Amino acid sequence: MLEFFEWLQYSSLLVAMRGSPWLFPIIASMHLLGLALLGGAVLVVDLRLLGLGLSRQPVARLARDAERWLLASLAVMLPTGTLLFMCFATKYYYLTAFWVKVISLLAVLAFTFSVRRRVIMADERNMSAIGSKLVALASLSLWTAVALAGRLIGFP
Amino acid sequence: MSLLSFCEWLAATPPSIALHESHYMFLIVLTVHVLTLCVFVGTAVMIDLRLLGLTMLHVPASEVVRRLVPWAGGGFLVMVISGLLLFYAAPVDRYENLFFRAKMAMLVLAGVNAWVFHKKVYRSIAEWDLDPVPPPGARLAGGLALALWAGLILAGRMIPYQLYWFG
Repeated sequence: MLEFFEWLQYSSLLVAMRGSPWLFPIIASMHLLGLALLGGAVLVVDLRLLGLGLSRQPVARLARDAERWLLASLAVMLPTGTLLFMCFATKYYYLTAFWVKVISLLAVLAFTFSVRRRVIMADERNMSAIGSKLVALASLSLWTAVALAGRLIGFP
Repeated sequence: MSLLSFCEWLAATPPSIALHESHYMFLIVLTVHVLTLCVFVGTAVMIDLRLLGLTMLHVPASEVVRRLVPWAGGGFLVMVISGLLLFYAAPVDRYENLFFRAKMAMLVLAGVNAWVFHKKVYRSIAEWDLDPVPPPGARLAGGLALALWAGLILAGRMIPYQLYWFG
């Protein structure tokens, strides 16, 4: 694994990227833009499940609207995140925060596209109030873990 | 007193020095500032996308605004408080930072945009609440806001790179 990370970090593309004073912060900014969009797409649905925000709207309809933007945000975040990781792959190999982020990200993606998706796309009448609140809380806490670990990676 | 000498005076106050030299406090404030982005810009973006007619068209625009603005507002409050603290930690550096100045200019523009939307477009929202294509004024406000959020995030992220670019 470490050898693979070394190969990534010292590939010619990544050496060029690190040498540029603007490429890294611009890709990091795009990653943050994706984060904002992801936050919106997740929050609209999770707040609704908690009875907040757009609480008068049917969940499934909001969920279908939000899913497009969730996918769009992932389409920005995953490639930019991979590039940011590749810049300093061998450093991240030794960072606990990095591995926490990878694992919590995989967990939240699996949760979002299995349990959460089934619950929010389901017919409202079959939805239990406590169950949907638990789904929202699990989703929000997992995403917070991903974001916090992500922030920790950048700490000096 | 000029703005610079005010910043110099601010930088010499003990809490500013403490914040500047603290290891964890500064990073905690920075983390709060960055992560609140999800709440503030996240909900604002959903409102703007609705004004552009790109999402939640079955929800009246007025309902999206009314129900989500409190969340955007709450997020904004946390952003401003943490942002002021980040400024207070290094007032002279921030004052001299061109990315910071650009960010503040865009923040003012975003405020003007929101104010104009509220005064002009929001007044007539009942007339187009469920229109498949919102009126040009609403789309303009939503598009401008999206561009300004992107600019704010970009400029904010570039603040530490002042020396690289203009050093």
